[in-house]
Amino acid sequence: MDYGTFQGILTIVVMVTFVGIFFWAYSKHSKSKFDEAANLVFTEDELAKMSKDSGDQK
Amino acid sequence: MMNHSQSTGADYNYTIVRQFALTTVLWGIVGMSVGVLIAAQLIWPQLNFDTPWLTYSRLRPLHTNAVIFAFGTSALFATSYYVVQRTCQIRLFAPKLAAFTFWGWQAVIIAAAITLPMGFTQGKEYAELEWPIDIAIAIIWVSYAIVFFGTIAKRTTSHIYVANWFFGAFIITVAVLHIVNSMAVPVSLFKSYSLYSGAVDAMVQWWYGHNAVGFLLTAGFLGMMYYFVPKQAGRPVYSYRLSIVHFWALIALYIWAGPHHLHYTALPDWTQSLGMVMSLILFAPSWGGMINGIMTLSGAWHKLRTDPVLRFLVVSLSFYGMSTFEGPMMAIKTVNALSHYTDWTIGHVHSGALGWVAMVSIGSLYHLIPVLFGHGRMYSMKLVNVHFWLATIGTVLYIVSMWISGVMQGLMWRAVNSDGTLTYSFVESLEASYPFYFVRFIGGCFFLTGMFIMAYNVIKTVKASKDSLPAIAEA
Repeated sequence: MDYGTFQGILTIVVMVTFVGIFFWAYSKHSKSKFDEAANLVFTEDELAKMSKDSGDQK
Repeated sequence: MMNHSQSTGADYNYTIVRQFALTTVLWGIVGMSVGVLIAAQLIWPQLNFDTPWLTYSRLRPLHTNAVIFAFGTSALFATSYYVVQRTCQIRLFAPKLAAFTFWGWQAVIIAAAITLPMGFTQGKEYAELEWPIDIAIAIIWVSYAIVFFGTIAKRTTSHIYVANWFFGAFIITVAVLHIVNSMAVPVSLFKSYSLYSGAVDAMVQWWYGHNAVGFLLTAGFLGMMYYFVPKQAGRPVYSYRLSIVHFWALIALYIWAGPHHLHYTALPDWTQSLGMVMSLILFAPSWGGMINGIMTLSGAWHKLRTDPVLRFLVVSLSFYGMSTFEGPMMAIKTVNALSHYTDWTIGHVHSGALGWVAMVSIGSLYHLIPVLFGHGRMYSMKLVNVHFWLATIGTVLYIVSMWISGVMQGLMWRAVNSDGTLTYSFVESLEASYPFYFVRFIGGCFFLTGMFIMAYNVIKTVKASKDSLPAIAEA
């Protein structure tokens, strides 16, 4: 295999990997896990306060 | 405001975070003071007092090294050590090694502040430091990686929060860049020659140079953004899914953009074009990340009216958006033919450095300092607001003056008479730039004044008695 072919294959592999990551990130399966992860910024007492806040708005 | 909570259960190592947070303010003042001095030297050259170590050529690398590696990198050390502990809910791994990274890094900064004015340099932009200091940096950086990834390895949470991905990528990539670009043959203690030569040397240098921008000044500070923006806004990031796509797209693309620093040089033409195309594509993940940060505020926009800390963070994202639009545009070869070697480049760099890097760091520090010293808020929120306006006005003055000066220089340099001779001499373009150099100097003074106000506010906060600075109740 010459260098050009190797580069071409590599480009396709990287592209497929990226599209794979995209679909994995936006799959239904990952949603609950990601929601949980997004809240790692907050500690438990802050979370309690936040859910109270949003309750007040409704 | 949500920043009053201390009761997280785990016992975190805040000593190292405090040390780096305070030195960030100190080195910010030092680095920016040197910047203001050399800006003044460009208007009044006699300000070098005919002293070799006060000349522009020696102080300029001192300025860039001080703001990038002393100010910016200290901010990254502080926030990454803080964020990795909080989001992994575990105490920092290897505390002694962490302390070594602090004292080692300070020693490197002092060594740089001594050797650069003395004229010891490898002559590579942003990689000027001579080989003994380069080796010290490599050792400290590997220690940093051990502390950071060691903490992630022993985390109690199942997921690794996205901010840590950005910090992790920044730490690994900077290690690789630094070690590869600093390969040199020493001939004496203070002199070495690069292992590379010619166009290869230039390409390695700008592969390093642009990824220092991409990973140190972008990925690292995006890690900061992904923690402190949601935290200060009191709501989780707009889209966690987007943050994952943002991460992989950004790190996959940035590494290819370096050749745009070498348009119309001895670098092969196809490499230049590749660098240009990759730089253009880079616009997409950059703006994806910016939108993700700004949209985190959706439904909480009213907080911007009352919270100057949040204002710092959001305006930094706006400057990030501006400079990541400008960057790909300037990477287009025909635009670059006008902009390269002019002040436009300097304006672009400072739109990123002052508007994005400094302002997101300052915003994060205003969140961090009260938490680290057991207070609910900074000593004076009014002064935080004053600092915000000084920083914003200073940045705008700086970048607008450099845009005008840069485009003017580009046009004057390329102007030709009908017989093919140049319309303007170089000195004529320099004379035309003087008014803009003065505006730039004023902008720098605004920004530096803000840093002094910050230092006063930080000292007052650190010294304040317990419970004297309660968090402001949410309106």
